[in-house]
Amino acid sequence: MKRSHRVNAVALAGFTAVAMVVAACSSGGGSKPSSSSSALTASAPGITSSQILIGTHQPLTGVAAPGYDEIAAASNAYFQYVNAHGGVYGRKIAYKILNDQYDPTITSTVVHQLVLQDNVFAVFDGLGTPTHLAVVKYLNSSKIPDVFVASGCECWNDTGTEPYTTGWQIDYVREGKILGNYIKQHFAGKKIGYFYQDDEFGMDGVKGLDDEIPKSQVVARQSYNPAVTNVAPQVTALKAAGAQVVVSFSVPAFTALLKLTSLKLSFSPQLAVSNVGSDPITLAGLLEAYAKQGGATVAGNQLTQGIITDGYLPSLGDSGNSWIQLFTKIHSQYLPKLPLDGNVAYGMAVGYTFVQAMLKAGRNPTRQDLVDAINKGLPQGVSVAPYAYSATNHNGVTGAYMAVIKNGVLVATGPTQVTDTSSTGAITTDNAAQPTAPASGIPSP
Amino acid sequence: MTLARHVAAALVVAAILVLVSIQLSSYRDYQMAEVAAYVVAVAGLTVLIGLSGQISIGHGAFMAIGGYASALVLLHLGWPLEAVLAVGAVVAALAGAVFGVAAARLRGPYLAGATLMLAVALPTIANQYPKQFGGDQGLSVSITTPAFLGATFPPTRWLAWVTCAAALIALILLANLSRSRVGRSWRAVRDDEVAAALSGLNVARLQILAFVVSAACAGLGGALLAVVTGIVAPGAYTLTLSIALLTAAVLGGLGTLPGALWGSLVLVLVPTYLTNVGTSRGLSSAASSSVPIAAYGVILILVMLAFPAGIQGGLRRFFGPATATPLTALFRRTPGSEHQEEGPS
Repeated sequence: MKRSHRVNAVALAGFTAVAMVVAACSSGGGSKPSSSSSALTASAPGITSSQILIGTHQPLTGVAAPGYDEIAAASNAYFQYVNAHGGVYGRKIAYKILNDQYDPTITSTVVHQLVLQDNVFAVFDGLGTPTHLAVVKYLNSSKIPDVFVASGCECWNDTGTEPYTTGWQIDYVREGKILGNYIKQHFAGKKIGYFYQDDEFGMDGVKGLDDEIPKSQVVARQSYNPAVTNVAPQVTALKAAGAQVVVSFSVPAFTALLKLTSLKLSFSPQLAVSNVGSDPITLAGLLEAYAKQGGATVAGNQLTQGIITDGYLPSLGDSGNSWIQLFTKIHSQYLPKLPLDGNVAYGMAVGYTFVQAMLKAGRNPTRQDLVDAINKGLPQGVSVAPYAYSATNHNGVTGAYMAVIKNGVLVATGPTQVTDTSSTGAITTDNAAQPTAPASGIPSP
Repeated sequence: MTLARHVAAALVVAAILVLVSIQLSSYRDYQMAEVAAYVVAVAGLTVLIGLSGQISIGHGAFMAIGGYASALVLLHLGWPLEAVLAVGAVVAALAGAVFGVAAARLRGPYLAGATLMLAVALPTIANQYPKQFGGDQGLSVSITTPAFLGATFPPTRWLAWVTCAAALIALILLANLSRSRVGRSWRAVRDDEVAAALSGLNVARLQILAFVVSAACAGLGGALLAVVTGIVAPGAYTLTLSIALLTAAVLGGLGTLPGALWGSLVLVLVPTYLTNVGTSRGLSSAASSSVPIAAYGVILILVMLAFPAGIQGGLRRFFGPATATPLTALFRRTPGSEHQEEGPS
């Protein structure tokens, strides 16, 4: 009896020793993403064993709010979906959304709050060109990942001095080139007018347009200041120059103002609008609201009919598309109060991309791991064209398809085209089919 | 004598602020820097309204002038920080002198209207000349923490030190000025212009001087705010800012320098605090972003009902002369009745 007791004790000691060695091995490999059994640790600021805290600055009130105020809510809906289905390696994503009213000074204040007070792991999808430019230096000097900025400014692609910042949506130069190429082909010899926001957003777009449209065809270049809502001087100038096609790099509110002011001045050129300013549902709502303020009644969808634009996400009208089906499912479950429009699709799509990057960054990622994961390139998912991400390129989506608005949805008029940001880079057709959405709705690591 | 007392008090406060800033988190240091920047601007405004009896609803414009002037000097000439801040104050003072000449001829609502115009018109100049002023996205202002503090020194603590030092210097000068002959003359002009003129005071010159001093403070405040937020952009200097400064001066207690501090604290801390409360109570982001605006109005109404002489007036009522430190005892007269009835003459 006594003897067998001792045997048991020896066996137990041996077993314990083996167990300890195994445990030591697995915890020694804890930093490796491949080790799926390792414990979840607080591997970086903003990351605990149960949560990933990220933050953003968004225009929830003010001139840029109409439409754009849905984006962060939609990303959050996608994160809730992911959280309900196991999270990112078991951690839930918490998303802190602060209002900067599209004012760069407030952006600076709220981003300091996110970084210094809330200790976020990363700033995600900060919205706006002028606003985000105010914090890029600060975020990079503080080594905070500044991922998937909600703006197509080429300025986010500066891996030399701003290695922590990455773009996501198609940049305005590429977009301008693809739009310009279409206009060059379909409106040869016609008089063309530009209408654009007078900051990097508009100027990048114009740069792309100028790469394609012959200078001699451009009869007017009119910019607007987002703080001034009267665009009658610009529209008058476009009309006086006899523009037959007006290309607009504008936020939705100013696309609507352009359209309504044109109507008032009985000026009806063919409109071509960049993706960020052309979401049909947002536009229709704005057109109806603004017309009502002016004492008129209009049918929004009628006014957007025939606007030429481009898309880099699948069209919401394509109900057979697996991504649109996924968005519709999440929308009806987590975000039923908002319309399922381009902004909501955008928010979910960029949220998907963030989860993709976090899964690649590993089980217990540091801030640098997230940036490194993006530098290694992300597989194409929710966008119609591949990403440009590499260690030396922080642009996002590299292509788009041309489309026209019909009955409130984008209808593609051509295949996906990809290009680069140089003035001589060719525009080529991308024949590869877009990958379908994973059945779980969550990217695979 | 007075100067020595003020300097001694300021040194004590400075020592306390340094200790406090070391205890606080980086974000609180950042907020401290923001408060200090606003204190300078609000103090200038409170002296203008409370002491010289002139009103300005356009002080945000002088902050813009100071902010842009210092940003341009920093960008193009790369001057040291002290010089950059001084330029902000000096350029705004010059603008104040020009505007003061016009202001000295205007009274009450007419002066309010003129300053209002300044607040509305000036920021759009930045959009008119995007090459010089960076248009809507403004100019970036970045300063570095000096090397002797070491690489790990929190940058926001350095910002807090710089802004608090500048604010203390500005407050010492204002406190001294208001106790001097000039301050007494301002009060005389405020209380009765005709009587002051009959006593041999040059009313117009005194009023212009008040505008210059006040604009210099706003300019310095603007320069400090630019350094703190790292940016000057027209969106920051809208009419809303001017009204906020005025509200802060009134909330704190018109004509009192400590009142400028209370007002600035409300201005900076209330919005962030309430947004956080709103979000943690489960309000949507859109709803909680409207809470601070509503709360600001409620606070203003409550303070005005309970303490018509502002927070400082309320404190004085509760604690009596015991709170009369050299800085708080400066303006014993609580305005409210003295300087309103200045119709067009």
